[in-house]
Amino acid sequence: MSDASSLATDASEAATPAAPVRTVPRAGWHTATVVAVHRETPTASRLELDVDGWPGNAAGQHLDVRLTAPDGYTATRSYSIASSGPSSRVVLAVDKLPDGEVSPFLVDEVRTGDLLEVHGPLGAFFVWEPDGRRSLSPAGRVRPVQLVAGGSGVVPLFAMAQAHAAADDLTPFRMLYSVRTPDDVYFADELMALAAASDAFRLDLVYTRRTPDGWPTPPGRIMREALAAAVIPAADRPLVYVCGSTGFVEQVASWLIELGHDAQSIRTERFGGT
Amino acid sequence: MQHFDGNSLAGPLADFFAFDITTTNARCNGCGNVSELARAMVYRSDAGTVVRCDSCDHVLATLVEAGDRAWIGFSGVSAIEVRRS
Repeated sequence: MSDASSLATDASEAATPAAPVRTVPRAGWHTATVVAVHRETPTASRLELDVDGWPGNAAGQHLDVRLTAPDGYTATRSYSIASSGPSSRVVLAVDKLPDGEVSPFLVDEVRTGDLLEVHGPLGAFFVWEPDGRRSLSPAGRVRPVQLVAGGSGVVPLFAMAQAHAAADDLTPFRMLYSVRTPDDVYFADELMALAAASDAFRLDLVYTRRTPDGWPTPPGRIMREALAAAVIPAADRPLVYVCGSTGFVEQVASWLIELGHDAQSIRTERFGGT
Repeated sequence: MQHFDGNSLAGPLADFFAFDITTTNARCNGCGNVSELARAMVYRSDAGTVVRCDSCDHVLATLVEAGDRAWIGFSGVSAIEVRRS
């Protein structure tokens, strides 16, 4: 953590090394048209939206969806964006919370052609942007990127992995994805394709409830030693992005710090839950 | 009470600030820690939102919204760093 005096010093010293100044598009309220819906997992849907006036978004940003009942009651929830770039097309993948106010509607009720009120793009902290580097800098100057996903927390990290591939960025990327069963993997085909297409992207899956047949390890929550084995070592100074439930994120982040990772190099996004 | 983090403040505060405030460094009155608001802990209820320091749990800020008005308090923040673009 920075010390208290840093606010009074030069801005470049006070800034986190991992946080270059970014000019993300300005947020606003927009009307989104649902252009495609399909089942992503047994409990989640993938929604493709065409958002009127959307200025584009960086990988890792989110948006808020506001639903308004006939009596004027409103409910607003945040959802990570699975896509990035200048397009007005925005992809969401929404997990249904059984007693939720918004997600059951988005997962089970929304149909192609429906209109949604969205606010975004939001958040400039949990963001990764390619720097256009198409060849590796001299050893030690490129900071590799470690992504750690718990369940539906993979959504913004998938956007980062996809942006990395789309830019032909050669920064080493590694994703550790903890998921209940093989059926619960979001963007399964896309992630496998990204891993197969590039040596610069590596995918490691951990199954907590049920594994595919022939999987080398039994199902179970990721533990500290397994985490240490599956992430880029602290000595390589990776930038780390962790997204998942609050409990998952805080456990993983505390282990990463115990393993020697710099707290300022770990960016986290918690979506609540257990 | 389950909590979120300061990333979730981006939407609620976008209506009141001309820049994304979640990347702003804020200094905690309680412990002096300086970090981005995105790293703070956020507790929400129907009454409003409480933002707490991730180092010492001191209340940094509160947000209460009702109809067309909002009350934003930074009771626990001694300074923020704003970048001129």
